Amino acid sequence: MGGGFKRSSTGVRMSLDRVEKAVLANLIGQLRQLLEELPKGDPGLAELGISESTEAPGDPVLARLFPDGYREDGAASGEFRRYTEASLREGKERDSELVLRTLNEGGDVSLDPDQAQSWLRVLNDLRLALGTRLELGEDDHDRFRDLDEDDPEYTMIVTYDWLTQLQDGLVHCLWGG
Amino acid sequence: MTSAPITVERPGADEEIRPDLPWLTIVWNDPINLMSYVTYVFQTVFGFAREKAEKLMLDVHHKGRAVVDSGTREEMERNVEVLHSYGLWATVKRDD
Repeated sequence: MGGGFKRSSTGVRMSLDRVEKAVLANLIGQLRQLLEELPKGDPGLAELGISESTEAPGDPVLARLFPDGYREDGAASGEFRRYTEASLREGKERDSELVLRTLNEGGDVSLDPDQAQSWLRVLNDLRLALGTRLELGEDDHDRFRDLDEDDPEYTMIVTYDWLTQLQDGLVHCLWGG
Repeated sequence: MTSAPITVERPGADEEIRPDLPWLTIVWNDPINLMSYVTYVFQTVFGFAREKAEKLMLDVHHKGRAVVDSGTREEMERNVEVLHSYGLWATVKRDD
């Protein structure tokens, strides 16, 4: 897997091979499935962008993707969640849809600035999801260095590292480096 | 069920006491978000120059958190909403 992002005259060019695209599409599919688990609440209120949830989701990945807006004020945090969770979720659905669309295009794909932002956010959500599942801590990178290939976490770690390289590459690309 | 004395909490009552009190946007350190990415998000969301964004990112990294903006409560909530969309771990806090 050696594909990534390159700077082009019109913005950023995404250059990934078929396997890389398939891996990403699969991960995004899992992320979108997880988003479905977030309670939607009353449809009428949902149309106004108001959800019924005032508590952080039970699933650790969802809790990380939809964090509290206040640290020491449960009431304010709940209220903030009621008014922001639905639009945050919609944003994630839009971003992941767009990335899936660009993945389905054949060959290299040019990304305009908005599309590049969606890509950045989706790559980050995937890293947050995998990192949270792996219970990654600040000094954990050494812990995983000697991991056996048979270890069930091995594939997740390799994928996580790959996503890290992709995202870092995209950031440097947007910086013009 | 017991009947408890009814207390009505007025939202925003605190702000009426100190209307000048600024609110803060705080970003917390987390082990997953990349340093380059966090710097880039600070540039994009707040329009900071790369140098300033990098300094704030390092504050978050070394001190565990950093205040990245201050203003009205509504402005800070809007910031936090946008930062959450980028996956940063951000919260609103009243400056005290």
